[in-house]
Amino acid sequence: MKTKMSPNEYEKFIKDKVPKPKLFTNCLKAFVVGGLICDIGQFINNSLEGMKLNPEQVAAGTAIILVFLGAFFTGLGIYDKLGKFAGAGSIVPITGFSNSIVSPAMEFKREGYVFGVGARMFTIAGPVLVYGISTSVVIGIIHLLFFK
Amino acid sequence: MAQKRLGKQTIKLSNPPSMLAAAAVVGPKEGEGPLSAYFDMIQKDDYFGQDSWEKAESKFVEEAVKRAISKSGVSITAIDYMLAGDLLNQIISSSFAARNLEIPYLGVYGACSTMAESLSIGSMIIDGGYADHIICATSSHFSSAERQYRFPLEQGVQRPPYAQWTVTGSGATMLSATGNGPYITHVTTGKVVDFGIKDANNMGAAMAPAAVDTITAHFKETGRSPGYYDLIVTGDLATVGKEIALELLKKEGLDLQNNYNDCGCMIFDNIKQDTHSGGSGCGCSASVLNGYLFNQLKHCELNRILFVATGALLSPISAWQGESIPCIAHAVAIETKPSEVK
Amino acid sequence: MEYINAFIVGGLICVIGQILMDKTKMTPARVLVLFVTLGAVLQGMGIYQKLVDIGGAGATVPLPGFGYALAKGAIKGVKESGLIGAFTGGITGTAGGITGAIVFGYLMSVLFNPRSKK
Repeated sequence: MKTKMSPNEYEKFIKDKVPKPKLFTNCLKAFVVGGLICDIGQFINNSLEGMKLNPEQVAAGTAIILVFLGAFFTGLGIYDKLGKFAGAGSIVPITGFSNSIVSPAMEFKREGYVFGVGARMFTIAGPVLVYGISTSVVIGIIHLLFFK
Repeated sequence: MAQKRLGKQTIKLSNPPSMLAAAAVVGPKEGEGPLSAYFDMIQKDDYFGQDSWEKAESKFVEEAVKRAISKSGVSITAIDYMLAGDLLNQIISSSFAARNLEIPYLGVYGACSTMAESLSIGSMIIDGGYADHIICATSSHFSSAERQYRFPLEQGVQRPPYAQWTVTGSGATMLSATGNGPYITHVTTGKVVDFGIKDANNMGAAMAPAAVDTITAHFKETGRSPGYYDLIVTGDLATVGKEIALELLKKEGLDLQNNYNDCGCMIFDNIKQDTHSGGSGCGCSASVLNGYLFNQLKHCELNRILFVATGALLSPISAWQGESIPCIAHAVAIETKPSEVK
Repeated sequence: MEYINAFIVGGLICVIGQILMDKTKMTPARVLVLFVTLGAVLQGMGIYQKLVDIGGAGATVPLPGFGYALAKGAIKGVKESGLIGAFTGGITGTAGGITGAIVFGYLMSVLFNPRSKK
């Protein structure tokens, strides 16, 4: 082949030949579904408040119920279809975090309950916890040093 | 230069092996596609009665091989070699299928180019006089490929519009030193080509330059022109890669507008079946060749085809390490009459 | 009104995630990691609380809200028990969600098998 292109030149060459995601429709779907999931969260939150729980119990209770819903609908095989439609709208809420734990756990069940389910369920959740928790510790220490 | 060599990449088989029989076994989605009438078996259950996707894929290989053998009428003990490979780590689908067949086995790996690679090597072994019958096979499975290369099935993710759909299926060809064709007349072995694409969803764009490189070499070294073939068919570039390949070929001075197609564009109805850019995987070119194309050759609807299977030689690890995707394409010329001596 | 605010704030956070995925080809996992970290950092600077005051569940349900809860817990821990609190506070504040995810994740994987896509 005579044609030689650097990665940049090739990237430019193919640019108008590779279809782009429909950003506007995707964002609209993400907005609506994401908004609705948050409203479900709000509803659970308000119901728990009505049961006279303290704010910490309400926050924990809401998280637990949403996580359950995300896990359950993943198990039923519905969450992946929702994700295909809504994209970030169902990935970013905590139900999506739950989906990211349940889906590899189910997928790798065949490799056994220890190294399959037990290990693989953290492929995505693991990094989230590592960075989330580490950041919170750093923030705690900063507050200890400068704001206490 | 070696006697049968036409150039750096191309050889001419002096005793062209015949494709004695072919079989394609596919999954349910492929069975709903436009080529459904040409497959030997459409397996409605993509677990194929097994308890894992890997075992299911292996079963697809076994079934395709067995069907090709029984169609050829050759006894299993008369088969000298089985050449097979697939996409799974350490090509387990093929090797595990070979475990039950008791045929001397050579595992080959060329990612989605494996069908053309196994046919190339098989043809050379037969032409060299080392074998009378060789079975060549390859496979892929949507669900086993997804879990190895992408996401768990139940994870709620969106596929970009240029993504391809891994074909669930397997194809097997029985090559023979004797027979009435179609014959494998020429083999052009590809070089590894990398134009720097890193996005593992954008396989068509990554593999197109490799296909173009091999096709250009084939025409240059055989002295043939694109018009010689009824059909030039690439493996699994799909709509995105096909368009890029045509454009690149034009730059090389080759106009394939009229007799070029891609297996990835043929196997699914992209709009109805929501397969985005089209099909991919070893099983894509294998099932289209051993199903549809073999049928057309047998009935002389097509007389001369150039089958160019394309493969992306990445691994999950190379992708995580941010490497670009090296690609390859192997071409075999298949003709219903042995080509005239030049 | 509360529901409208939650809808808008939550929806907008998801839209940011969608733009990141479509424009920069970030994988969902990277978006989640980025959002958790971002939520924690913003709360560290005292900003995310304001968003929670406006959006309610719209700010706490998306993943930045998880980061927010971690950071809030760590800061609270520091106030109550110093350095040890920086280590125990974050998880204490989010223990329900994390434990829920692990237990339900395990449970669902026992109960269900993955299905091939159509």
